[in-house]
Amino acid sequence: MTTTAAQATVRSRGPWELAFERLRRDRAAIAAAATLLAVGLVAAIAPAIATAVRHGPAQQFLDVGLSPSGIPLAPNTTFLLGTDSLGRDVLVRIAYGTRVSLLVGLLASALAVLIGTLVGIVAGWYGGFVDRVLSRTMDVFLALPFLVFALALVAVVGPSLTISVTVIAFFCWASVGRIVRAETLSIREHEYVQAARTLGASPARIMFVEILPNVAPSVIVYTTLLIPGAIVSEATLSFLGLSVVPPTPSWGNMLADAMAYYKVAWWFVFFPGAALVITTVAFNVLGDSVRDALDPRRDQAVPATDEEVS
Amino acid sequence: MTRYLLRRLAWSALVVWVVATSVFVIYFAVPHDVARLIAGRQASKETVKMVRTRLGLDQPAHLQYLNFLGRLARGDLGESFITQESVNTIVARDFPVTASLALGSGILWLVLGVGAGVIAAKKRRSPTDRVITTLALGFYSMPPFLVGQLLLFFLFFRLYMAGFEFFPPGSYVAFSDSPLQWARFLTLPWLSIALVTAATYSRLTRSAMLDVLGEDYIRTARAKGLTESRITYRHALRSSLTPVVSQFGIDMGSLLGGAIVTEVVFGLPGLGREAVQAITTQDLPIIMGITILSTVLVVAASFGVDLWHAVLDPRVRLE
Repeated sequence: MTTTAAQATVRSRGPWELAFERLRRDRAAIAAAATLLAVGLVAAIAPAIATAVRHGPAQQFLDVGLSPSGIPLAPNTTFLLGTDSLGRDVLVRIAYGTRVSLLVGLLASALAVLIGTLVGIVAGWYGGFVDRVLSRTMDVFLALPFLVFALALVAVVGPSLTISVTVIAFFCWASVGRIVRAETLSIREHEYVQAARTLGASPARIMFVEILPNVAPSVIVYTTLLIPGAIVSEATLSFLGLSVVPPTPSWGNMLADAMAYYKVAWWFVFFPGAALVITTVAFNVLGDSVRDALDPRRDQAVPATDEEVS
Repeated sequence: MTRYLLRRLAWSALVVWVVATSVFVIYFAVPHDVARLIAGRQASKETVKMVRTRLGLDQPAHLQYLNFLGRLARGDLGESFITQESVNTIVARDFPVTASLALGSGILWLVLGVGAGVIAAKKRRSPTDRVITTLALGFYSMPPFLVGQLLLFFLFFRLYMAGFEFFPPGSYVAFSDSPLQWARFLTLPWLSIALVTAATYSRLTRSAMLDVLGEDYIRTARAKGLTESRITYRHALRSSLTPVVSQFGIDMGSLLGGAIVTEVVFGLPGLGREAVQAITTQDLPIIMGITILSTVLVVAASFGVDLWHAVLDPRVRLE
């Protein structure tokens, strides 16, 4: 009787399903995902927030938004998170800044992952001369000092959102490429790849149908950890005035404006800073959880919490 | 060994050449008029022409490129468009500031990061480990300028309001003038770089230590009856440090080329701030010089790391 009951409950589950199952039981992952959903929601409804409080993101309230001596206002009922040095609503600006951060974070990471995966698979699969050239190219990119180079580029072409996405992706793809290449090198020796080869599959088919799904877990983990890095990089570029052009708000340029006011207006530094840290911590926590969930070594003797790889 | 070194050296030279060339291309192949930029919008045609001749911009591109490479090979980074000061002089003036910043914070983050990582690994899944891991995650997720701002608020402003002026920002005193003042003005900048970087190092050390502590030779050491601290520091930590040393070399190299954000936040007259200021004035030779210099430093650091590994591990040489 018990045998039949057991047989009824046993069903085959794919590795993805198992990973998702583990993730669902991970409280930190759930909290991080919920936080990120909230952040995404704020980005989506930024215009609605602006309408609700009737303050535009770049609208200056030089009369009601500043104290008589011209100092930003602390959080109050009109300006829920206070105002900045030009009498603009910090809440609305943070909401709009969320759009910039998420857009750059996601777009730059996606671009980096796309290029990195492609280059990594090609280098790992073909090997020999192709691998040597591509690996050396990746080494060059990893050796470049990111921020100085970004400065140099922006000095010529001028700051913009497109430039920051390009620059960040430009400096991130090589690390993805390296990981994918290393994985491809080991996967291509597996029997099923050899079998596909014997059956006359084209290189493109082997690379994208046989190898790609098997490097996907590493790529997914790395992407989740790449996004907060990209968000921090965007904030840094914005802070130095190398990203979105004012008056468009971003967390980085708000923090740059706040630099001169940290003594009199803590909210001006605190709220954009908190928004940034909450978002990046959530991505990092989610990334760590996803890695634990996808890592097959988890099932072995060593507990998952010890599988930290930095 | 010699062959390995030569190949590695040639590779480093190649990287520097690629970067120098791309910087040159960015500046001189991009369709915009440098001479017009320098002379200003209102300048007459004659003035612009004079500026162009003075800067050698009227020569064909390939000649300019060869000149540029020739000067670079002699170690000459050119001169500022605006002040005509030699970029070498400017760099030599700024470098001690950046070097003080980088070396001081490097020592600090090594001690903090490796120390925290070892403790976290030894007491894994204890409350101490949780606290360290959480703190590391927090700092790891923060941009360095935000940490700098927080430090300024709490360790300068709050103390200042309470009547103590320990760490005022915006000044720099050379070590040779007054070591005490030097350390005083650099404390907060050191901390802000060190906290962010130490987070990475503690994660790195923790995971490496956990791997090593599971090895057979550690069990053997325990079986021999060695003390726990001897096992931790003499046996486990030593081999856990390999990835840390690699990372340290690279981080130090890129920091020496300009700790841009920290220098800007704390108003330190180093290479990074020089580059940021050169952008506002469009002083391209300064930006080019600093970009090339920082590439050289990063490449030299990674060369140093490889050399270190090659000396320690014979397998590397045969690769």
